[in-house]
Amino acid sequence: MFIADYSAKNIYDEMFSSEGYPRKSYDFVKTKMESLGGIELVKRSTSAERALMSLGITFTLYGDGGEQERIMPFDVIPRIVPSEEWVSLEKGLKQRIQALNLFLTDIYGEGKILKDKIIPRDMIESSSGFLKQCIGLKPPKDIWIHITGTDLVRDGAGAFHVLEDNLRCPSGVSYVLENREVMKRTFPELFEKLNIRQVYDYPYHLRSMLENLTDVVDPVIAVWTPGVYNSAYYEHSFLAQKMGVYLVEGSDLIVENHKVYMKTTKGLRKVDVIYRRIDDTFMDQSSFRPDSLLGVKGIFEAYKRGNVALANAPGTGVADDKVIYSYVPKIIKYYLGEEPIIPNVPTYLCSEGPDLQFVLENIHNLVVKAANGAGGYGMIIGPKSTKQEQEDFKELIKADPRNYIAQPVLNLSTVPTLIADKIESRHVDLRPFILYGKDIYVMPGGLTRVALRKGSLVVNSSQGGGSKDTWVLG
Amino acid sequence: MLSRVAESVFWMNRYIERAENYSRFIDVNHQLSLDLNEQVPNQWLPLVHTTGDVELFEKRYSEPSPLNVIRFMTFDEENPNSIFQCLSRARENARTIRENISTSMWEVLNEFYLLIKDYRKVYMESSDLHGDTVSMDLSEFLSTVRKSCQSFYGCSDATISHDEVWNFSLLGRFLERADKTTRILDMKYFILLPSVHDVGSTLDLLQWLSLLKSASAHEMYNQKYKRVDPTDIAEFLILNETFPRSIFFCIQEMQEALEKISGIKEGLPRNLAQDATTVYLNRLRSENIKSIFDKGLHEYLDDIQIELNHIGAKIVERFFTN
Repeated sequence: MFIADYSAKNIYDEMFSSEGYPRKSYDFVKTKMESLGGIELVKRSTSAERALMSLGITFTLYGDGGEQERIMPFDVIPRIVPSEEWVSLEKGLKQRIQALNLFLTDIYGEGKILKDKIIPRDMIESSSGFLKQCIGLKPPKDIWIHITGTDLVRDGAGAFHVLEDNLRCPSGVSYVLENREVMKRTFPELFEKLNIRQVYDYPYHLRSMLENLTDVVDPVIAVWTPGVYNSAYYEHSFLAQKMGVYLVEGSDLIVENHKVYMKTTKGLRKVDVIYRRIDDTFMDQSSFRPDSLLGVKGIFEAYKRGNVALANAPGTGVADDKVIYSYVPKIIKYYLGEEPIIPNVPTYLCSEGPDLQFVLENIHNLVVKAANGAGGYGMIIGPKSTKQEQEDFKELIKADPRNYIAQPVLNLSTVPTLIADKIESRHVDLRPFILYGKDIYVMPGGLTRVALRKGSLVVNSSQGGGSKDTWVLG
Repeated sequence: MLSRVAESVFWMNRYIERAENYSRFIDVNHQLSLDLNEQVPNQWLPLVHTTGDVELFEKRYSEPSPLNVIRFMTFDEENPNSIFQCLSRARENARTIRENISTSMWEVLNEFYLLIKDYRKVYMESSDLHGDTVSMDLSEFLSTVRKSCQSFYGCSDATISHDEVWNFSLLGRFLERADKTTRILDMKYFILLPSVHDVGSTLDLLQWLSLLKSASAHEMYNQKYKRVDPTDIAEFLILNETFPRSIFFCIQEMQEALEKISGIKEGLPRNLAQDATTVYLNRLRSENIKSIFDKGLHEYLDDIQIELNHIGAKIVERFFTN
């Protein structure tokens, strides 16, 4: 039995309890995997990878061997979230999105939360995601964050925490959908037996959420991509295709009389709703960065006048600033009068004197991250760093304390993972996707990212991470 | 549809069509060379003439040996028209319009590309690269290319709506095909016979026959004509109304695609691309093979290429730039 010598001690493992027994939700999967055996599992894993290659779900690596196309590493052992846990996660995520949305409305509007001194005003104004151009803005139906990818992790005791909010252009939902298709082909017997909540209708939810942003009947909808060289290009075209909408680049769009048009073979055609997958400040050279090569001049003004709807709204970046993140529990309490259902990871703000002192003295035990870093860049993992790296990072922090936060090193939960022809434990996180339209929809499951290097806690695909299918049962 | 998308669809199809034609050219020439042994030593250079890339070829290779020509036309990365480059570009175009085509179409093209990449790896790593035999199974490779191109056509036909995307596909495919048919016919102009007395000889006929095969036309030709005759072959490949690789057929298909794109069949206002196509089609209708030979076949083929370029330019102007 090749899973037998798997060890899950001193950690929360998704499949096994600390006494080494499989958890109830994994019972069937474990039995099935064992009866298949290692050789069969490797065989199925190889054919799953081949299917992903055929579908061209790849990213390109540039190195000394020239260009290499790779699939995002995909592990065939699923990560299962039991339904009772999911119910509370779903509630917690809805609560969080609702509060963050009220927060955005407030800080670009009346600013009550600042007047009431729940959050210091300069915390907001010094955030690079805060766009003063958005002050006074009223997005359609008062919704700012239409699409969210929230990163969740378990602590050593197995409790879920929010690690960060991604409120601008969260990526990865296409992998969730493609992984699921491949898993259905790879393990039909598991899908026949288990009641796995489906995810295939996400694009329909996304589309109807986008339609909800306008009163135009039969609106023209487009996904706006920076282009084919963007690392998430596959996802952009995937979503456009599944929704049956246009995929446009900046050069396909033009603004005339404060309306947005796309250039078609039959002349200009008005665009009503845009799901933009391009950063705020690159959207419009006349309102934001004048050096953007990707933007469309005048689109922000067209948006302000209500002639085009944008998802997510510009300016949402202030709410996923990692410093503002530390205030989210207070934000939930302030706007909803409720306790947060999913807690934050304890966070130290380097801009706060005592916190800064603590961080500088304990950097070897902490994870320190830049407030606006992403993709595993601009961070240091204390216990895995050298003395010199720690000293260098301290200088960075001291030079710009507002830009750094620190958190204890979390012992992320693990899931058995097929490494070569053996099962080993690997750390995972979870990114569910949430859509805010007429109602708030939480996709059951989400993207489980897995750190493929032994012992590594870094799950980002840009750092060699892979993914697993996530199953919510029942 | 977006102008950018229309342009990518157009080029994706041109590249696929080009790859298919190249694979046939090489294969036929290869077969011919096996028949002829060493009777005609330099029959590979005309092949390069057919592609219109002689200048580039001569810059990269010292002599038109079979290996050099084959390498140039199959895997050479410096040749933008080699089969490998055509495939890479077709796939890159497909990637940028992925949301406009079906998954099965994309899968066919993507798998095709991965396959060619594997062939290329074997070819490039082969130690015989500079020897005098073709190291890989050339016929198998070329037949894979042809079959894959055809599955791509079949798959597009059966899995996407026959709307604008489809019609721009046809425009690209038939414009490229017409161009290649003129080049195939012109190949004979570049093939040197050992002496003038050999006109009408077995060798001469063999060459005309392989030319028909290059257009994958010999079977349909045989159904219509009794013998291999240069005049009949030219007539078939230029003026036949039902053979899918004849110039007439290609132009007719383009006219139809353009009508469907603009939604205007008869009368005005037609766009410039439609005008150019219709004018040219009417001219073809008024011609016969005798008048063509009177003008000189080579000169006449040059003329067709100028017309095709003109139509291509009008398509670009009307649909792709705004």
